[in-house]
Amino acid sequence: MSSNSVPTGKPVKTVDMHIGEAVPGCKKKDPILVVDDVSRTFGGLKAVDVEHLEIPRGAITALIGPNGAGKTTLFNLLTGFDKPDTGSWTFEGTPIGGMAAFKVARMGQVRTFQLTKALGLLTVMDNMLLGAKAQVGENLFRAILPFLWRQQEADNKVKALDLLTRFKLDTKKDDYAASLSGGQRKLLEMARALMSDPTLVMLDEPMAGVNPALTQSLLDHILNLKAEGMSVLFVEHDMHMVRHIADWVIVMAEGKVVAEGDPHEVMRNQAVIDAYLGQHHDEDLGEDPDAEKEHVGAIKELLDDEL
Amino acid sequence: MIDWGAIFSNAAVELISPTTAAYALAALGLAIHFGYTGLLNFGQAGFMALGAYGYAISTLSFGFPVWAAVLVGIGASVIFALVLGIPTLRLRADYLAIVTIAAAEIVRLLFTTNTFEPITGSANGLSGYKGGFAALNPIPDGTYGFGPFEYNAYDWWLRIVAWTIVILACLFTWQIMRSPWGRVIKGIREDEDAVRALGKNVYFYKMQSLILGGVFGTIAGMIFVLPRAVVPSNYQTSLTFFVYAILLLGGAATILGPVIGSMVFWVLLSFFSGFIARAVEAGWIPFLTSIQAGQLRFILVGVAIMLIVIYRPQGIFGNKKELAFVK
Repeated sequence: MSSNSVPTGKPVKTVDMHIGEAVPGCKKKDPILVVDDVSRTFGGLKAVDVEHLEIPRGAITALIGPNGAGKTTLFNLLTGFDKPDTGSWTFEGTPIGGMAAFKVARMGQVRTFQLTKALGLLTVMDNMLLGAKAQVGENLFRAILPFLWRQQEADNKVKALDLLTRFKLDTKKDDYAASLSGGQRKLLEMARALMSDPTLVMLDEPMAGVNPALTQSLLDHILNLKAEGMSVLFVEHDMHMVRHIADWVIVMAEGKVVAEGDPHEVMRNQAVIDAYLGQHHDEDLGEDPDAEKEHVGAIKELLDDEL
Repeated sequence: MIDWGAIFSNAAVELISPTTAAYALAALGLAIHFGYTGLLNFGQAGFMALGAYGYAISTLSFGFPVWAAVLVGIGASVIFALVLGIPTLRLRADYLAIVTIAAAEIVRLLFTTNTFEPITGSANGLSGYKGGFAALNPIPDGTYGFGPFEYNAYDWWLRIVAWTIVILACLFTWQIMRSPWGRVIKGIREDEDAVRALGKNVYFYKMQSLILGGVFGTIAGMIFVLPRAVVPSNYQTSLTFFVYAILLLGGAATILGPVIGSMVFWVLLSFFSGFIARAVEAGWIPFLTSIQAGQLRFILVGVAIMLIVIYRPQGIFGNKKELAFVK
């Protein structure tokens, strides 16, 4: 957690998005995604059990929580990559509970993956073009007749090149995606998601495994998404990043939403501290003093480190 | 002592034989499945059997004209692909491999069983279905050609039709693989979840690929039986493995690979079998009987393929660059 990985400029935060108290499941003034009674069990383990959750529009929302809190499972459910046991949710007012992943993506809710899924043996440009929506040439019968899709393909290439330039990948456009570094693959995955003009971008641990030199540029790109009017929901472990760019933070623990709120407020919430450190973190159990010291150090850093 | 001229001319004959064309087309179907989409279809022999029997049965038992018999074969393979694909394409790739290898055997055993003997001819197979195809021949009777490539009118007609189909199939595959459709297909090979997250109906694309490659295999099965009879034992699992050998020889995700691979495979096979038979006759290999020698050619072809796979794993036409990133 070195401070040089933290961006310098202070982003403009969106505030005042909720109605009433900032409690778990509180109403938002303009929600883009509304989740109700979603649960998913793996055997005897209740991985996700969310009563009510609203994701604000036009803001960057962070989903945090200790390992095993159910963040990625909730992500998979919301994007159609997993089926819930119960529950329903709406995206921009349309119920999409249990809808297939590709239909969810077509509606404008695209996701990236924790383990980057760059399509290795496709060129960077082909990776980008794959992201474009409603392509005429993706129909087998029209694919045989190039004059039907040549113009659209050219337009998509212009758009892709523009995005690649923004993400500083334009010089790599003819290389296999497999030749990119881990951080560049994250950038490519994000750029590829943008090809479809999404309204809600869901990023699963965008910073995981990224070289600190690229962190700054990734953060800026995420902030740009908001500046362009998109809503962002991301899962992250890096608290500096969460505090720096998130407008709203949702904390999960053991499958439930335990706290919500402004990033600075929520870190002081007793439920959050308990979730991360256990309810008895300040009682000396005399087992592993080193680990305890580390935890206390971590939480102190969270509380004191004002940017 | 050894008649090298005969060995070489017999090998050269395989270059344009209808069997070579049939294997090339079947391998092109597998290139769509395995090379481009990443579907592990181990049942290409089943698709070929459906083409052969679909054509022969609808001609012999129902008196269909050629075009209708061809459509029956293609229809049967589309249904076969749907039956295989609906339960397995949602699962991981290896399930498709298991299901296809078993389904191809089921198809072969159904054609072999005595129960349907009046229609399928059981283990004896079927013959006498070539009349309709021969009647379409515009070439006047006679013998044409030069050197080893001297055939009668029927044989030329068959070769022309077979290779025309192969060329058209190659052009078709080349065109769709450089289109946005082909891009989705190749993306699915790399990571289907990523493609799904980009709003593509992965299941539907995999199904299209399975049907398309299967239809290529079915047409290959029809070409395969036009110079010979339909015999069920031709459609054993080893047929699928020969087609895979051809595909890997030429390059899995290439258009010309399956064609050249098939030519190399059959020319080598013919060369080795001619050479060994004559070498045994001439007493060069004293410890082998001529029956044993007949099997030795497959061993030699196996060794040749192993050498190619070791020293040129991308196949003849494969892109060397791709190998740098194989996981």
